[in-house]
Amino acid sequence: MATLPIESQKTAQIRFALNGEEVDVSFAPYKTLLEVLREDLGHTGTKHGCELGECGACAVLLDGKPVLSCLVLALECRGRQVLTVEGLSVDGRLHPLQDTFADLGAAQCGYCTPGILVTAKALLDANPHPSRDQIREALSGNLCRCTGYLQIFEAVEAAMVRMAEKEEGAP
Amino acid sequence: MSDPEEKSKSPVTDSLSNREGLRVIGVPRRRVDGRAKVTGQTRFADDIFLPRIAHCKLLRSPHPHARIRKIDALRALAHPGVYLMLTGKDLPIQYGILPVSQDEQALCVDHVRHVGDPVAAVVAREELTACEALDLIDVDYEILPTISNPKEALATPEPRIHEYGEEGNIHKQVALEFGNVEQGFAEADEIFEDTFFYQGNTHLPIEQHASVAIKDPDGKLTIWSSTQTPHYLHRALAKVLEMPPAHIRVIATPNGGGFGGKSDPFNHEIVVAKAALLLDRPVKICLTREEVFYCHRGRHPVLMKFKTGVKKNGTITGVHLQTLIDGGAYGSYGVASTYYAGALQTTTYHIPRYRYEGCRTFTNKPPCGPKRGHGTPQPRFGQEVQLDKIAEKLQLDPGDLRLRIVEAPNTVTANFLRLGTVNLTECIRRVVKASDWKNKFRKLPEGRGVGIACSAYLTGAGLPIYWNKMPHSGVQLKFDRGGGVSIFCGATEIGQGSDDVLASIVAEVLGIDPFDVRLFTGDTDLGPVDLGSYSSRVTLMAGNAALQAAERGKALLAEAVALKLDLPKERLRFADKRIFDSAAPEKGVSFAEAISLAEARFGTIGTVGSYTPPKSPALYKGGGVGPSPTYSYSAAVVEVEVHSATGWVHVPKVWIAHDIGRALNPTLVRGQVEGSVYMGLGEALMEEQEFRRLPKRLSHALVHKFPSLLEYKSPTSLDMPEVVTELVEDPDPRGPFGAKEVGQGPLLPIMPAVANAVYDAVGVRIDEVPITPDKIMKALAEKKAGRNPRYGPDHFPHVHWPEALRVPPPWEGGDGNAINDVHREKPRAMKEKVLAP
Repeated sequence: MATLPIESQKTAQIRFALNGEEVDVSFAPYKTLLEVLREDLGHTGTKHGCELGECGACAVLLDGKPVLSCLVLALECRGRQVLTVEGLSVDGRLHPLQDTFADLGAAQCGYCTPGILVTAKALLDANPHPSRDQIREALSGNLCRCTGYLQIFEAVEAAMVRMAEKEEGAP
Repeated sequence: MSDPEEKSKSPVTDSLSNREGLRVIGVPRRRVDGRAKVTGQTRFADDIFLPRIAHCKLLRSPHPHARIRKIDALRALAHPGVYLMLTGKDLPIQYGILPVSQDEQALCVDHVRHVGDPVAAVVAREELTACEALDLIDVDYEILPTISNPKEALATPEPRIHEYGEEGNIHKQVALEFGNVEQGFAEADEIFEDTFFYQGNTHLPIEQHASVAIKDPDGKLTIWSSTQTPHYLHRALAKVLEMPPAHIRVIATPNGGGFGGKSDPFNHEIVVAKAALLLDRPVKICLTREEVFYCHRGRHPVLMKFKTGVKKNGTITGVHLQTLIDGGAYGSYGVASTYYAGALQTTTYHIPRYRYEGCRTFTNKPPCGPKRGHGTPQPRFGQEVQLDKIAEKLQLDPGDLRLRIVEAPNTVTANFLRLGTVNLTECIRRVVKASDWKNKFRKLPEGRGVGIACSAYLTGAGLPIYWNKMPHSGVQLKFDRGGGVSIFCGATEIGQGSDDVLASIVAEVLGIDPFDVRLFTGDTDLGPVDLGSYSSRVTLMAGNAALQAAERGKALLAEAVALKLDLPKERLRFADKRIFDSAAPEKGVSFAEAISLAEARFGTIGTVGSYTPPKSPALYKGGGVGPSPTYSYSAAVVEVEVHSATGWVHVPKVWIAHDIGRALNPTLVRGQVEGSVYMGLGEALMEEQEFRRLPKRLSHALVHKFPSLLEYKSPTSLDMPEVVTELVEDPDPRGPFGAKEVGQGPLLPIMPAVANAVYDAVGVRIDEVPITPDKIMKALAEKKAGRNPRYGPDHFPHVHWPEALRVPPPWEGGDGNAINDVHREKPRAMKEKVLAP
């Protein structure tokens, strides 16, 4: 049976929390979270490299867990928390991962960077002191074609130290 | 403290001692575009959304070789939401990156040459609508016989894939001889003959190619595109669209990885430009990952044969290299690639006599082109693996053998390449020492091994792609009264740090901070031409242009400040955003004040700089490929663990030394070295752009075996070994602050070093890339059976070579010309313009 042309399909509408703010968005119901973020909400920080769940460039945090936004239907996100690279900085200050990635050469072309940053954040949120092997494992679904990964590992480790210092220094 | 005299004696010093007086250059720094990249604000081409934007999709041929009889688009045009449909007749003018191979059409008019060749374009309101409409286009094809590899191409002159080229399906043949190589073999104590095969592989940038075009309010065209070469795209658009270049603006958005894969003008770029002009609304295209695999332009598969003569002490007496190159369906950079495959052999070791024969054939597969190292990794693999075999036969340590034969700096080679600084000796010494080579080579337990290899690469192609005498790079600087400096340059940021190179050089000269600089780059309207981010040319060429522009600005400021402070301008120093008396640093003005003083004296302050490479002594036909202002050198030691039951290769550690001249930003330089090691390991162990035939009823289609990021294996974070990077800094006077290239050279020694390490580990020679477990198992089985413990091609097919152009090397009195070139009397501009990414 022939399906209806895309043009004649109805749109869906949902509300969810994007980087801590409630957003309402209407979109074609077949769209993935990746497409809705980029095309309907103007959040182009999240990238795509395959749209098949293979490269990790589109990783975002859904309720704090890394997911590949190209494999998540936007309709599944009703009422949930989505964090993208645009939501990493707090009060106008870069997240320690963002600072160390910029300082230590962990971003070359920068295309895989947003996905790696949020994946690394999820790792550090769950395990504030990961080993090098745990970092390798956590990032193994994020392909980077520029760096050879080593400066990425070092940036995650440097952020880990900065965050731990901050934690200790907190009242 | 080291003795300064001691320092001046040694040409090679570490980075710290090179930094005297430099505040920016040589200091590990955050790159100027670092913040944008970590906040997701770097705007890649597909991040551009504009009101009324329409989406384009291309209908691609499912057949590898066919005539188009008829295209019926009526049903597609009637589909709701479809705005426009284009076919070949809308864009019939042929184009291509090289003037000698203008063999592409944006949409094929009547002949498709590989699966994925575009035949029609649909523009619609939604991307999926355009996809739906593609299914409604009816194309009537007449299927033609197909050619899947160069051997078939040699055996099958008809039907021709193209109506041009040498003959039949041979696209390009090269035959060059520098000195009598047979005499070289006659003088040798030992002759080695080896055949190697280097499988093709692809760039795999994580960003898929994307473009957005608009008709400007004044009727001109603007296109944003993920291109490494906006200037060449500019020229191709002007040609195909038949528009004055002045009415076309190309903006190269930062590339999400390029590696050479975004260096051709692409059909999709031309199609969206045409559609935007016709529809008067923005039109976007973003290729799917599968389409990126079929776009390709990656590493050529190359079969090669090396014949090398050596003396007992390792001295090379002559080399004869033959290559058979699988070009795919179009020319792309292939003529240059064919020359490159023979050009750089002479740059690492002294080769007194050298003969090169290369043959590129067309096949019905996506076109090959330039990938990181362009044309040179394949023969470098063969040369370096053969040297390992030579060392073993001569009972020499392979590191020591190389040290004996390293070419001298400032030499003109047998094929008339003029070398600059050559610190390969130091590179070899560093990796031998760091890796504890002497205690490992042939001494590790069975299953573990180490291998060594070296390489060299261009620091920018010495000739442009189209013949002209203009600069290869230009920079304009605008000085603002507020103390800012704006840089305008066509150089293109592909992740390598081109913006940071420009900013750091200008900041260093003017004594300001790189973050005080604004950059307007990769835009054909805003900045002067830079030829593009290819051939590792940006640091040296755009860098020298920036240096000149900054020095000119500095001179204007110095004159005005000297007058104000009543000092000779030679006493002025530019540093810490001030211009001051070097004898009394408190006496001075701020950088902003200095600009105001200069503006009051001279009017608006703007300067320009440009760079043209030195003339090459290689005057023979084909001598345009290979010359460079100077060459980088690398040496690597790779350690491997080979599992004898599975053939699996694990790489725990790599040591690499790179002769960089000077590291402008060591953080970025290290990143380029490690990224090269990473990509080299991918090529060595797993990456392959391989095709398979579908059954005859499916027109014997040649389809990519695994056009996906999952199945095309590339190293992940789990596969990456520890890398020890040593930067050898001996500033080369030809580079800005002495800098040479780093983006491509460090990839080249990795593949042969892996092969040599596998031999050290388990005693089998894998004379083929990639070195996969199945090949190791086959070679181990041969070893066990007492046969030749080797996997690789067993012969080089017969090729009818043209008579070689004979060019006597410099030490035989040669002047750079061939002595038997019948076209020699023609003015140079009339000769073939082969040129050189």
